[in-house]
Amino acid sequence: MSVNPEIEGRVFPPTAPYLVGREKIREFARAVLASSPVNFDVEAARAAGYADLVAPPTFAVVVQELTLRQLLAEPDAGIDFARVVHGEQRFSFSRPIVAGDELTATLTIASVKSLGGHSMVTAESSIVDAAGAHVVTATSTLVVRGDS
Amino acid sequence: MIQESAPLFTELEVGQIVAEAGFAITRESLVRYAGASGDFNAIHYRDDIAQSVGLAGVLAHGMLTMGAAVQPVVDWAGDPGRIVDYQVRFTRPVFVDATEGAVVNVVAKVGALDTENTVARIDLTVTCGGETVLGKAQVRVSLV
Repeated sequence: MSVNPEIEGRVFPPTAPYLVGREKIREFARAVLASSPVNFDVEAARAAGYADLVAPPTFAVVVQELTLRQLLAEPDAGIDFARVVHGEQRFSFSRPIVAGDELTATLTIASVKSLGGHSMVTAESSIVDAAGAHVVTATSTLVVRGDS
Repeated sequence: MIQESAPLFTELEVGQIVAEAGFAITRESLVRYAGASGDFNAIHYRDDIAQSVGLAGVLAHGMLTMGAAVQPVVDWAGDPGRIVDYQVRFTRPVFVDATEGAVVNVVAKVGALDTENTVARIDLTVTCGGETVLGKAQVRVSLV
């Protein structure tokens, strides 16, 4: 089974809202060896002008993950998870993620390309807050190895 | 190193090193990241499964390397909210030995300066055992 090129351009339904918790930010910040006070200390975050704790830049992957699950579960996509290698990753922010945010992600398959028997799938997840304002776009390029 | 205020855009020069750091990754780091991120792929904690798919052994989550590699830039910038864009290519796996772990080194250098928007592009060189593990690792930092 190989990746279905017709999924290029497909837009998935928005994910259920993800409520960003303080302890989740602290847990994630520890896991990526962050030491910025605004990741851990609410007073420091408020002093820096934020409503609550600020998430590390790559925290958006936790919300993006919900959309990648949609892609892997798509019956006609032809993506076998065991063959997937993470090729590239990008986060483009309108503002940082802050504790208390209720985030919804919408996945668009930006492109599907064939390259020497492999497929390169670029998955773009646009993450917005409860007001619908853009927070961050998380883009993954997945390399799906061909049948050997 | 945490700075009270942001570095000044006008004082930066292309080629200048703004941060250098090394960090150790152990199997415990991988378990911790798996829990925090929700990525429980067994190649990040079981040698037998990693080997069954042709890998030399357990490797770090690429997103852990990406997440940790930006932290020296966050500390330099003084606030993670100043990071407006961050991208990497995963070029080589970071193998994490069960007893020895692995050490990842980061050198962060000014790659380009966008004067109109006062955004500095910081280019990361991220290595493990002398080999580059992240390619085109670029962090855009909004400064004043």
